[in-house]
Amino acid sequence: MDNKFQNTWERIKESDVYFSFIKSPTAIISSVILFIIFFCSFFIEFLSPYDPFDPSTLSLMEAFTPPSWTEEGVAKFILGTDGQGRDMLSTILYGSRISLIVGFSAIIFSLVLGVFLGLTSGYFGGKYEMIVMRLTDVQLTVPSILMALLVDGIARGIISRELHDEMAIYVLIFAIGISEWPQFARVSRAATLVEKNKDYVSASTIIGVSNILIMFKHILPNIMRPVLVIGTIGLALAIIAESTLSFLGVGVPPTTPSLGTLIRLGNDFLFSGEWWITFFPAIFLVILAFSINLLGDWMRDTLNPKIN
Amino acid sequence: MSFLKISNLSVDYKMRRETVHAAKNVNIEVSKGEILGLVGESGSGKSTVGNAIINLIDEPGKVSNGTIFLGDINVHKDPENIVNYRGNKIGLIFQDPQTSLNPIFTIGEQLIETIQTHLNLRLEEAKNKAIDLLKEVGIKDAEVRFNNYPHQFSGGMRQRVVISLALCCEPELLIADEPTTALDVSIQSQILDLIKRLTKERNLAVILITHDMGVISETTDRVAVMKNGDLVEIGPTKEILTNPKEIYTKSLVSSVPPTNKKIDRFIIIEKENKKQSETNIKILNRWTKKEIINQDLVQVKHLSKTFNDSFFTESSKNSVMAVDDVSFKIKEGQSFGLVGESGSGKSTIAKMIVNLFRPSKGDIFFDNVCITKIKSNKEMMKFRKQIQMIFQDPYSSLNGRLKVKDIVAEPIKLHNPSISLKDLNSYINDLLESVELTQQSADRYPHEFSGGQRQRISIARALATQPRLLICDEPTSALDVSIQAQILNLLKDLQEQLNLTILFISHDLPVVRQMCDRIAVLKNGKLCEVSKTEELFKNPSHEYTEELLRLMPKIESIYKL
Repeated sequence: MDNKFQNTWERIKESDVYFSFIKSPTAIISSVILFIIFFCSFFIEFLSPYDPFDPSTLSLMEAFTPPSWTEEGVAKFILGTDGQGRDMLSTILYGSRISLIVGFSAIIFSLVLGVFLGLTSGYFGGKYEMIVMRLTDVQLTVPSILMALLVDGIARGIISRELHDEMAIYVLIFAIGISEWPQFARVSRAATLVEKNKDYVSASTIIGVSNILIMFKHILPNIMRPVLVIGTIGLALAIIAESTLSFLGVGVPPTTPSLGTLIRLGNDFLFSGEWWITFFPAIFLVILAFSINLLGDWMRDTLNPKIN
Repeated sequence: MSFLKISNLSVDYKMRRETVHAAKNVNIEVSKGEILGLVGESGSGKSTVGNAIINLIDEPGKVSNGTIFLGDINVHKDPENIVNYRGNKIGLIFQDPQTSLNPIFTIGEQLIETIQTHLNLRLEEAKNKAIDLLKEVGIKDAEVRFNNYPHQFSGGMRQRVVISLALCCEPELLIADEPTTALDVSIQSQILDLIKRLTKERNLAVILITHDMGVISETTDRVAVMKNGDLVEIGPTKEILTNPKEIYTKSLVSSVPPTNKKIDRFIIIEKENKKQSETNIKILNRWTKKEIINQDLVQVKHLSKTFNDSFFTESSKNSVMAVDDVSFKIKEGQSFGLVGESGSGKSTIAKMIVNLFRPSKGDIFFDNVCITKIKSNKEMMKFRKQIQMIFQDPYSSLNGRLKVKDIVAEPIKLHNPSISLKDLNSYINDLLESVELTQQSADRYPHEFSGGQRQRISIARALATQPRLLICDEPTSALDVSIQAQILNLLKDLQEQLNLTILFISHDLPVVRQMCDRIAVLKNGKLCEVSKTEELFKNPSHEYTEELLRLMPKIESIYKL
């Protein structure tokens, strides 16, 4: 087993992707930042002395403490506190965990849906392809925020009020996922059209391999490169979409705030001089999205067969 | 006195893992009025030498040593100055006429632009000169065609335009990099004649870069043979081809399929010390060998295929007749050749036989069963097993994400789901050894193999179902000539020992002559003639066949000089 692992590692080290990675400072820096953010977000319980969701530990006396380096700042709250006395840094990291979970789930949802529809429509063609592709056209004409608002509105109508806050995160994932799938469908359909005319697909057909096996065993692994690139850039978009929706008040509730919720809450205090409550979550969101985008750009350049 | 003098030229490419020496200490001289052939297999550095002359070596390549003199100008001494010689003293012809002209300008505009860049002429004078040039390279109605766009010319005509562009500014040296590789045989000979004529008339020094020994023997005065960046041998063409001194040149010459006779096997010189043994076909004892009965295994009856290009209307105007009423029969155990130029419909016929396309009209019988009418999948599987195919492009015919053993295992498992793992592995090993690959290959991925080795994997996969009919669609046209000889030998051995019936599709007449018992000639989807190989080559009955035979470059023509 150990040996097998070592072999895989050797193969990764020999590969061109690894080579281009260690040659690209942007890729290294952005992935280091992302690693730190991911690590801190998912292990925040063990890293932070505060629990912003436990009201008993909060003290309103400590509310609106500015960042530690300002005159009135306190050393124990590095980035200050918000209106309820919650430590900003901990709250941001808890919030980014929710943003990341929503972003990842939404993008995986739309990736699976989009790739499935794109792969099958590219492979089978005909009327089925026409319908799927027109559907993506229609979907693309509806702005994704509007789509998400619509889904949220319908969900509010169906789900009872008590359940709503619990279900909010799933509604959000579905809303973002459903508005992002067309690009996956388009990219994977285009790649499938190229792959299905290659001789290895003909060879499998001649051998008698079934359509399903050809699609998922032979074509799917060969179209994953462009899909993963779109997925990475889509992840940043999904996180931003989540923040936008939460900012508009249709996302996750303030009791378990995501980055967008934090920005919205802080926004109320902006004009009374408590700038840090909205500024730090916003800057954090920018760094997160920017790093993902830079990594996505690097992936696109490296994995694009046309450039290499 | 030689006009172009390359001395000690070395070109290095600094790659990630090593430095590739694309050219090592190459010395070549070319005089005016002479055509020098630069021949070698892929990766031999022949194009690198051509590019070094015009200083077109791309990063990360670098000329690390040596000088190139053009007359008395040192080309590399002053890199800025090269712009003055490019086009002016040196003309270039590239391989692909589709991409070497700019599609959004008329050829007239492109010619005038080139002429005015280099010569100080007024528009009217430049135009006259351009029309004269077009006439010189044999374009009819040059005044009218002057205003046409590149897409209005056929491939051969376009290559003529490219040549006229190269001649625009009265160059003294012409470098032609595989100028006819993308063209059909009949057009190839016209272009080569044109280059020969221009060399005489304009007293040019010409470097003709090619991999085709037939082209070399018919066109060039002297030839330089390259291998892995080394200049192996240089001398008069006749001497090199008839009496090669180096082993590499010998093996190269012996690998070329002769056009005037049928030989039993290709002699592979690199194996000189070993016995010229036949392939050890290990799958023989697994093979349920069919007795050859004297019957027609394949009968193609009045086959037609139209491709409908129209999306909105069903008009027959847009439809293309790819195959038009073709009938032939293949006897069991025979090898049958299907010959034609590009667009003649030969691949379409193959794809209809393996049921990738459905014919528009006509039927195909396999073992006296009409396979074009089979509807049920289960019925079809029986025939899928018996008909297998090898493809032209070794790079796209294997799935790069699967290991070799998984590629070969797929057909075995599909047609024999109950096979045990142990049995499967030994079957895969036998298959790989039968196509002369090592057992270690099983655990590797396709990208670790060369083109010839990939083609062997393809053959192993095709043999895994124990087919009776093997369709080879241009199996060697993407390969170097020495590799081609090995693959053709392998196919011959397999056919003899396994009693395979082979449908061999190719545009290359000499290759077909070596491989086939009977040959069908196709032109624009129509069948011209079907006859026995020797008969077809000795006295062709159709005039198109006659033309093809006359125009194909013959390596033997060197003996007649």
